[in-house]
Amino acid sequence: MILARAAEVSRRYGDTLALDRVSLDVAAGELVGLLGPNGAGKSTLVNLLTGLRRPSSGRVELCGGDPRRPASRRTLGVTPQETGLPASLRVGEVVDFVRAHYADPISRDELLDRFGLTDLVRRQTGGLSGGQKRRVAVALAFAGRPEIVFLDEPTTGLDVEARHALWEAVRAFHADGGTVVLTSHYLEEIEALARRVVVIGGGRVLADDTVEAVRGLVAVRRVSLTTTAPLPELAGLVGVEHDGGRTHLLTGDADGLVRELVTREVPFTDLEVRPTSLEEAFLSLTRTPIAA
Amino acid sequence: MSSLALTHARFQLVETVRIPIAIFGSAFFPAAAMLAFVVPFAGGDPVAATYATVSMITFSVMTTNLFQYGVGVSEDRAQPWDPYVRTLPTGPLARFSGRVLAGLVLMVLSLIPVIVIAALFTEATLSGEQFLLTASVTVLISIPFTLMGLAIGYSLPQKAAIVVAQVLFFPLAFLGGLMTAPGAAPGIVEDLAPYLPTGGAARLMWAAAGDYPLEPLSILALIGWTATLAGFATWAYRRDEGRRFS
Repeated sequence: MILARAAEVSRRYGDTLALDRVSLDVAAGELVGLLGPNGAGKSTLVNLLTGLRRPSSGRVELCGGDPRRPASRRTLGVTPQETGLPASLRVGEVVDFVRAHYADPISRDELLDRFGLTDLVRRQTGGLSGGQKRRVAVALAFAGRPEIVFLDEPTTGLDVEARHALWEAVRAFHADGGTVVLTSHYLEEIEALARRVVVIGGGRVLADDTVEAVRGLVAVRRVSLTTTAPLPELAGLVGVEHDGGRTHLLTGDADGLVRELVTREVPFTDLEVRPTSLEEAFLSLTRTPIAA
Repeated sequence: MSSLALTHARFQLVETVRIPIAIFGSAFFPAAAMLAFVVPFAGGDPVAATYATVSMITFSVMTTNLFQYGVGVSEDRAQPWDPYVRTLPTGPLARFSGRVLAGLVLMVLSLIPVIVIAALFTEATLSGEQFLLTASVTVLISIPFTLMGLAIGYSLPQKAAIVVAQVLFFPLAFLGGLMTAPGAAPGIVEDLAPYLPTGGAARLMWAAAGDYPLEPLSILALIGWTATLAGFATWAYRRDEGRRFS
């Protein structure tokens, strides 16, 4: 069963094309990571699928209906990218407020316990630390016993311990059959949770594959060298850049590339191997068409 | 659905009560004006004190609604909590009716000091029937001012909404004849007041609480204002939805 679907969806903000004919199906029980740099269109896609915005063209579906209809959102839980809790309300009150919107919500104590928030129940949200607020915002997504949750960069601002505790809670939800769509710009977070990764950049789906396959795509290294000779055909190249006298070769397998340079007797000096940032990897992905 | 509206109203009230100065603020000015002007200058005369008291109530109805909706709505629109609530499985009606319910409760709270002061320190007097009639008219005249506040709140960003509400309330009060006894205002105010929402509302209130004659033209003008403000508020609400949620 498909719980969330985007079919050829585009979304414009004025002159900017935030999403460009994106198609995505999320089946019940999946844990999908949306990976991409800031401004890639991840949040826009989440906002369309949760009914906050309407697509400029194309169609979105949530639990078989239009996400803008309240009935389609009965089994939806959301943690938005930006945490905003009513400052003067207590944590327990915010939880009760959200629970009141669902037919069969989880009990307040159980929810707080699951996310390690029991001690904060009487605290006003305005007095919480950024990390505590974030944990409350994530917990709220699970208040209505959802079938599907959208977590938009859920661990932003959390320390390592809190991040791991939160991952545990997400895993437990998924193990019980829950469906999760998670956005992140950390490959590490996606790797820790998801089996399927959808790489989004420049408003398009660049890759939709297993974590292993995508890690190969985005774990790109940069091999830089100075050479006067023209380069032969090299295996496993993702991209080539020239910068003054330097040549930068982007590859998923730096060891293999260096070995090949040596065996083919390419005359090079000043060899340098550096990992690329996720951003650079995305740039190379956007430049080279990837057969997903 | 309706219980959800009550839930929204309840949490809205809890939020307000946690910052009591907000309630204090909307109750302070009418109460202070009662003590400073009505009690010493009109308190001894039953008719004058009654008119002055209902004028203050009209004033209070205008300011609480103008500020709590005008400023409150634009404040909420700026918070990320607002889009989050839209992902919950309910339409905008629950939040909207919850807000109006909470607004009515706060308005009644802000009127209590005025009524208490009038009862204790002035000769103002109403029969039971008149009291009920005046109370009903109070709820009725809160409609145009609620709509005015909503129009401001949904059409303007927070800082602009505060300024517009502040700029509007004093001229509306003065030109509507709320600061003066019926028939005793400067000429221009007497000419203009019946056709302003404040003046129209005050005339209805005077008629409910005393022997002030009903003025059909003024009532028509008030109905016209209400319709216009309803149109403006709806337009602003839709435009806001469209801009943020299209």
